[in-house]
Amino acid sequence: MIAHAENIPRGRHPLVQFIARWVLTTNHKEIGTLYLCLSFTLFMIAGAMAMLFRLELAQPGLQFVTANFYNQTVTLHGLIMVFGAVMPAFVGLANWMIPMMIGAPDMALPRLNNFSFWILPFAFFMLLSTLFMEGGAPNFGWTLYAPLSTTYGPPSTDFLIFGIHLMGISSVLGAINIIVTIFNLRAPGMTLMKMPLFVWTWLITAFLLIMVMPVLAGAVTMMLTDRHFGTSFFSAAGGGDPLLFQHVFWFFGHPEVYILILPGFGIASQIIPTFSRKKLFGYRSMVYATVSIAILSFIVWGHHMFATGMPLVAELFFMYATMLIAIPTGVKVFNWVATMWRGSLTFETPMLFALGFVVMFTIGGLSGLMLAIVPADFQYHDTFFVVAHLHYVLYPGAIFATMGAVYYWLPKWTGNMYNERLGKIHFWIAVVGLNVTFFPMHFVGLAGMPRRIVDYSLPFSDLNLVSSIGAGFLGLSQLLFLYIVVQTIRGGEKATDQVWEGAEGLEWTIPSPAPHHTFETPPHVE
Amino acid sequence: MTSITNRVQSFLILAVLWVFSQNASAQMFDMRRGVTDMSQRVQSLHHLIFGICVVVGAIVFIVMFYSIIAHRRSKHPEPAKFHESTAVEVVWTLIPTLILIGAAVPATMTLIDIEDNSDADLTVLITASQWKWHYQYVEAGIGFYSNLTTPLEQINNVDPKGEYYLLEVDNPLVLPTNLKVRFLTTSDDVIHSWWVPDFAVKQDAIPGFINEAWTRVNTPGVYRGQCTELCGMNHAFMPVVVEVRSEEDFLSWIDDQRLANELAGEAAVAARSRDWTMAELMPMGEDVFLTHCATCHQPDGMGQGIKYPALAGGVIPTGPVEAHLERVMNGLAETEMQAWAPQLSDLELAAVITYERNAWGNDTGDVVQPLTVYSAR
Repeated sequence: MIAHAENIPRGRHPLVQFIARWVLTTNHKEIGTLYLCLSFTLFMIAGAMAMLFRLELAQPGLQFVTANFYNQTVTLHGLIMVFGAVMPAFVGLANWMIPMMIGAPDMALPRLNNFSFWILPFAFFMLLSTLFMEGGAPNFGWTLYAPLSTTYGPPSTDFLIFGIHLMGISSVLGAINIIVTIFNLRAPGMTLMKMPLFVWTWLITAFLLIMVMPVLAGAVTMMLTDRHFGTSFFSAAGGGDPLLFQHVFWFFGHPEVYILILPGFGIASQIIPTFSRKKLFGYRSMVYATVSIAILSFIVWGHHMFATGMPLVAELFFMYATMLIAIPTGVKVFNWVATMWRGSLTFETPMLFALGFVVMFTIGGLSGLMLAIVPADFQYHDTFFVVAHLHYVLYPGAIFATMGAVYYWLPKWTGNMYNERLGKIHFWIAVVGLNVTFFPMHFVGLAGMPRRIVDYSLPFSDLNLVSSIGAGFLGLSQLLFLYIVVQTIRGGEKATDQVWEGAEGLEWTIPSPAPHHTFETPPHVE
Repeated sequence: MTSITNRVQSFLILAVLWVFSQNASAQMFDMRRGVTDMSQRVQSLHHLIFGICVVVGAIVFIVMFYSIIAHRRSKHPEPAKFHESTAVEVVWTLIPTLILIGAAVPATMTLIDIEDNSDADLTVLITASQWKWHYQYVEAGIGFYSNLTTPLEQINNVDPKGEYYLLEVDNPLVLPTNLKVRFLTTSDDVIHSWWVPDFAVKQDAIPGFINEAWTRVNTPGVYRGQCTELCGMNHAFMPVVVEVRSEEDFLSWIDDQRLANELAGEAAVAARSRDWTMAELMPMGEDVFLTHCATCHQPDGMGQGIKYPALAGGVIPTGPVEAHLERVMNGLAETEMQAWAPQLSDLELAAVITYERNAWGNDTGDVVQPLTVYSAR
């Protein structure tokens, strides 16, 4: 089942060998690397779009882009960040780490693993190619609301639909692979309640993926038939309902935002105990809290739609259900703090990112609680307050967590220590940049600035300029990250097998760098 | 390490102070209080939940930063061994639950009142379309369109921006004080959302469906908001302006509107009873074009790609007059090109079509008369 060196054609040109190795690989570590490289590339592309529209928003008036192109960049920024940057990054980490954390030799379905990855570059090539099509790229926001995306969408919308189908297939196959691996390939003695939290959160995430990606596929298929085959799912003129799209989309969309967060919870739950030199506080309640968050995520989709004219009873239901989510989320934050309490803390780069994650995710979680209050939400909804909220949860929850994970496990992957000093500088530029970018957005939102507008009235000017300056720093800090990772891959101080003195888990029992094949004989877990 | 932290902290504090000093009014950092009882209740609710969040956040961060400082390895080399406590878990599950119930009760009461649309004194039907609002006073039987008036020169940074840049319209919605006004929102094309922050009213306008909301304004004045649902290219250029007058002023305004409608009818008859010259129609047509057409087709008539075709040398403006009239008056289904016949007068339509047929080197020499437009209706 495992990739064999014989798969790689010998005696050919080195370039052919190189390509064949990466295209044909079924090794979980190589596929993990492929996912992470793709994710970072798309992260930079979607980030460049953010730089572009922050540049446009620095001053009132139209300076750099047209209104139509602005909408295209906003749409692609959202779609690529969600489906191209965050999800592949987490799948890449899962590929690398889950087999090593549960004592498995590889993923359970290696060829499927290869297939799920290689769908993605084509999906994103297709999505990005829409930028160069006549009529431009999709310009209706990543939420794809009908009828703006159906009747009024540009011709390139069909490429977006097909791209989303491909991404969905990739995600579902990847999720099946992860579930099968976790259920079947755990080392003897590794019971479910002994699994590292990262494995647990990914198991739950994988179930969410299998349940909701087909829902999104259904939504975009209905878009497609509305556009070309004479159906009227989302058109009132034909007996349909534009709101049906929003219900279906957010039934996918809300679990989706937890898909983008839960593995980050798992990463923080690995890093914080290591650098606190103390076991994770409340392991069981962490697992139960994650499961409850996942279950609740299916009954709160309506909180994205409070302004659509819902009946009072539905508004009350979704408000209460949403407020409930604060409880398990709070439990997680309290547990992390309790893990640190009376530990023996050091602040290497992974720990800084994990702490940055906890602090800023808490801010984002609290503003999420504010958004649950329906009467207040009528004022917050679709303003920059929401933009601030979602970036405070997703930037720390997904990006900081992923970067923390990369710093944490990079010595294990490459056998080299990264440059600690540069890593810390990267963290501080990113954390300042993030707060300078997104904190003022709370205020412009409260003052009345709607989101997704290319131009705004004069009272919002100062704070938008602050946001744009912060965004520049945030964008630049990622180049430093790239430099640090490349430098570590090329060499550096040799890492020990243990790497971090406080770290626990099977991945630290194997050599650094991790050999091509690990745990061909399963370890025994006490 | 700590010195970096200190430096970063002082930088952040300075940055925040700088921002505050730039905007003396605290208004900039708070939800607007607004001018209705409901908007004030919503603001109080915002303060309540915001206060809860600040307190909870502060407690979490104080404990966390205390631990970061006091339990760092140089101060606390031996980590403790505890890693479980059911009692603590129960406490920090129960306390947040109680806090949430405390927030849910006032939120529920406010929401029940917000959703009580009964016993309105006055009903306004708001029909959204790309990118304007159409207001109809159901009882009085009058109605008008409300368009952005900020000139393109300000948007394109040629002229300095005015005080109400992007928040100014030709015909604001006029409402009386103290009366309960019911809004019915719907849309002709995509989903829009009608929002006036000072009323705390935000209601989506959905094609094929009608939503309800209401307000009762206490203070006369001019209140400004915007469309808050992405509705296509010019989503940023679709402001809401509401002028609130005393009841008496409002009633006399309604009479004025009725009179104006009659006069407009008479003017239309007068306009089509005579022939207009190109010299008369061209400047009028340019005004109409810049107000209604130029955001898509551009002031120089060059358009923007296939969705917003160029009119300079375009097939329709240089083709038969009948086809041109048909396209402008009835629009093109399922595109942003809307039907202008309901929105513009015969004279305005004649002027803008004449302008399009003769500007930018189109030079067809055609002069379209209001009577021609009238008979095409």
